[in-house]
Amino acid sequence: MPGIDGTVAELVAALRAKEISSVELTRAVLGRIEAAQPAINAFISVDAEGALAQATAADAALARGDAPGLAGIPIAHKDVLMTAGLRTTCGSRMLADFVAPYDAHVVTGLREAGTVLVGKTNMDEFAMGSSNESSYFGPVRNPWNPAYVPGGSSGGSAAAVAARLVPAASGTDTGGSIRQPASFTGICGMKPTYGVCSRYGLVAYASSLDTPGVFARTAQDCGLILNAMAGHDRRDATSLARPREDYTRDLAQPLAGLRIGLPSAYFDDGVDADVAHAVDDALRAFRALGATTVAVELPNVGLSVPVYYVLASAEASSNLSRFDGVRYGHRAAHYTDLVDMYKKSRAEGFGAEVKRRILTGTYVLSHGYYDAYYLKAQKVRRLIAGDFARAYAQCDVLMGPVTPGTAYRLGEKIDDPVQMYLGDIFTIAGNLTGTPGISVPCGFDQRGLPIGLLIQGPAFAEAKLLNVAHRFQQATDWHARAPQGVA
Amino acid sequence: MALTLADVARIAHLARLDIDATEAQAVHAKLESIFALIDALDTVDTAGVEPMAHAQDTAMPLRDDVVTETDQHALFQRGAPAVTDGLYLVPRVVE
Repeated sequence: MPGIDGTVAELVAALRAKEISSVELTRAVLGRIEAAQPAINAFISVDAEGALAQATAADAALARGDAPGLAGIPIAHKDVLMTAGLRTTCGSRMLADFVAPYDAHVVTGLREAGTVLVGKTNMDEFAMGSSNESSYFGPVRNPWNPAYVPGGSSGGSAAAVAARLVPAASGTDTGGSIRQPASFTGICGMKPTYGVCSRYGLVAYASSLDTPGVFARTAQDCGLILNAMAGHDRRDATSLARPREDYTRDLAQPLAGLRIGLPSAYFDDGVDADVAHAVDDALRAFRALGATTVAVELPNVGLSVPVYYVLASAEASSNLSRFDGVRYGHRAAHYTDLVDMYKKSRAEGFGAEVKRRILTGTYVLSHGYYDAYYLKAQKVRRLIAGDFARAYAQCDVLMGPVTPGTAYRLGEKIDDPVQMYLGDIFTIAGNLTGTPGISVPCGFDQRGLPIGLLIQGPAFAEAKLLNVAHRFQQATDWHARAPQGVA
Repeated sequence: MALTLADVARIAHLARLDIDATEAQAVHAKLESIFALIDALDTVDTAGVEPMAHAQDTAMPLRDDVVTETDQHALFQRGAPAVTDGLYLVPRVVE
């Protein structure tokens, strides 16, 4: 019996074999969450009562024999995904008491698949950040060493899965917010192709980049969860009408003949030695599995970060204008008139990083600057997309480190936003180009902090990426290592 | 392009963010470093390049022009700071 530490696949089998009930599993999960909360702070809200009711219903369905595929599996959602009746804060004072009137599409999908929602995970405020230090509800800490950040912005979901509090959790990825925290906490994190998962009910940060995705310990589990999240949704105009896929269909395919592209930009001097060594070792493992490697060039990828901070900030300034203290969210107690009410409500409701991005975005969109910044960034975005298209003509997947370095100490980069932004240099291009990527554990640095391998592919290559990651996990055991004091 | 302290005050007003002088100074320094990063875009030749607004070059979907939503204003207004008779309340704007 796998018990609480089983993977999603193992727990599905154990629940069906009646080796464990969903109520037992959910109680154990709730106990662990409570015990870990003071040290890790992975959760903003826990819904014990609702979770046990869902678990009871899942057990009944399992007993009847008509249970959906993921019946009884406890999961958590990033607190940027709306959940009807359960508060959705986006890690912000602005929405500290906001209860969503409806579920996000991906939340509905996982509910219909039978999962048990235990709670909402902590995150950087409005998903803006790479360290999870910008949450109004306090920072999340890395389960491998609580002095270090778990990454962000989906740091609570990553920490919850890494600490074995839940077997899987949702996240969202706008510039690396799934892949980077997965890397920092030694688990798998997958960002699918833009448009595969609906953004309906995802509180918008940068609409042309925001992508719902999944955290789990194995590639197989990522596929099982993604199967329930993906799908066309008319309520999101950018949701793609494509036939349903089983993303786990190719897991067992051999890797003989796989062509791995190695972008030179991902292997330069800026990468820490421990990270570079771990990635080299992973590439050796792939060659042993029959893959070949080829050097590729992405000449404009170095411009991803500036392009991102123009486009994402511009979209954020527009999206976050909805928080005006009138229709929902925080309203200041004291003000002189309507404009003053807007200004004070927003000044009190938003934290420093959110304000910086709103101001950056407002500036690049303001009169006289639009062409120089916004239009220019959109043009460079096209050049970056062209680089990737040319690279994928030479290879099936791209590999490299997820980040130049491993997790850093809390407070280390908080006063230097540009340094923090540059840590997302390898992941941002996946958002600009809308292509999928997965972070897979591939080693540890000298301080014992996890290192992640980034596997990227062209649009709709999810099943291929999961296949490649799965075969790697069959040949290595990095994903089976747990932080001290866990499991 | 140099971003001045006056620019910070101007964009803060456009963004409807109340900001005092001390905060403006601090934000100004941070924004300067962010725009130093962004200014790297100036080095790229983008003549003849079409702007890319979106990852998937697909047309916006169309649907029949019929009402599909039901009236749920009471549900949606439940979280509003001040509502009376289905109306959002704000400070008086017309004397």
